[in-house]
Amino acid sequence: MDWINLLLVPAIKSLVLIILLLTGFAYLTYYERKVLARFHVRLGPNRAGPLGLLQPIADALKAIFKEEFIPRHVDKWIYLAAPVLALIPALIAYAVIPIGPPLTLFGKQVNLYMADVNIGFLYILAVASVGTYGVILAGWSSNNKYAILGALRTSAQMVSYELPMGIMLVSIVLTTTLATGVGSLSLVELVQTPRPWWVWIWLWIGFPIYFICMLAETNRSPFDFPETENELVAGFQTEYGGIKFALFFMAEYINMIVASGIMTTVFFGGYRGPLVDQFPALGILYFVLKVILVLFLFLWVRASVPRARYDQLMAFNWKVLLPLSLVYLAITAVLVVLV
Amino acid sequence: MSTLLFFALAALAIAGALGVVLNKKPVYSALALLLNFAVLAVLFITLHAQFLAAVQVIVYAGAIVVLFLFVIMLIGDSLPGVVIRGRTRLTLLAVAAVAAVLLLAGMTYSIIGGAFAAQSGALPGNGSVQAIGAALFTDYLLPFELASVLLLVAMIGAVVLARKPQQ
Repeated sequence: MDWINLLLVPAIKSLVLIILLLTGFAYLTYYERKVLARFHVRLGPNRAGPLGLLQPIADALKAIFKEEFIPRHVDKWIYLAAPVLALIPALIAYAVIPIGPPLTLFGKQVNLYMADVNIGFLYILAVASVGTYGVILAGWSSNNKYAILGALRTSAQMVSYELPMGIMLVSIVLTTTLATGVGSLSLVELVQTPRPWWVWIWLWIGFPIYFICMLAETNRSPFDFPETENELVAGFQTEYGGIKFALFFMAEYINMIVASGIMTTVFFGGYRGPLVDQFPALGILYFVLKVILVLFLFLWVRASVPRARYDQLMAFNWKVLLPLSLVYLAITAVLVVLV
Repeated sequence: MSTLLFFALAALAIAGALGVVLNKKPVYSALALLLNFAVLAVLFITLHAQFLAAVQVIVYAGAIVVLFLFVIMLIGDSLPGVVIRGRTRLTLLAVAAVAAVLLLAGMTYSIIGGAFAAQSGALPGNGSVQAIGAALFTDYLLPFELASVLLLVAMIGAVVLARKPQQ
């Protein structure tokens, strides 16, 4: 019986999670195109299937059947490894995020997360910091000046914006000590810990800072410097085509889903909502709805804000966001000590 | 089971370390170093030191090796390696050999003789965030604060060095 709990259950869970994330990625592209179309007063994809719902499948087939092309001037092994290294951190980050309350399936209690580790927040930071490798190595191995410039920019951007992001997460961990006096770095406990109402207001005041960091971390517009097509062709992706390009695309969109999942968990109570205690399955619905709403923010920003200039991006991080997040941390600490 | 895991991981860590030294291309060396750091993080987890494992990945894999790659990318790795010949080479080899033997002897001595092996954080909970935080902010408060001052000084130094000279 032991091996069922030890190996089989996590294996099934991770399989389901990966399938969900990949489907989520496919339909996030559809969602994005439809939302952007609405912003542009267009219709968006509407040919493949009813309402264009089969469009992601058509895109996937197209990417798979493209010719596998490896330019002669690249460093072959690293060139092939880079898209994989970009995708893996995106996929494993969801391991510590609870997507619903414990459910009873087939007479067994199933927890809707992979692992309730007591270093959940640190795990997220660690995974985020490893996510840069795909980009750096892609840029270096491509042996192309546009690719290397794009990679240098992106990695500098991601490393810099991790700082205010980490400091904001520290502030959030501080608020978990309010209920019981004992803090926790576990995201599962974070969702379950009841906190006073004013904490939520304070968290929502800090949300924009964190959201801007996430825009930069996921390389989304207005910070999409890896692919500034008017200066750098396509940045670090320039030499990639077919399914290898699709893997980078996948990594970017799954990173968005992960970032939205983290923001939902941290700022909006995760799967919590009315009537969840009576009907645990409702929690999953709440979680998915909240994630879709946060994803809409990403698309909204993309449709309405033009791209910033690169030096503005760095100056904004070091001169505005970092001091702001430090002030936020200090005020949170004072609040937690006083209350 | 855990002994088997340890030896498999240890072999991988040594392979990574050898890769750092033996690879001709700096980027491959940096990636081998990354492998080494990742395996060390897993070893920390098998010792119930989750905090150290996470920090190992965040600081070493996430920041330091990225910095190495940055430098390699900016300087370029197509430079011909410096080849040292003749007597200088022999002298350097001798110095390296003596240092390696001393290091190995010291490490072997401390592993076999000291309380090192018995006391390592194999107790569950000893390496948790709470335990490390408590230790840092009570018993080791002064060194901890001194380290933060040291980091601040380093940061100010970097800013001063990076500033453009004033007209």
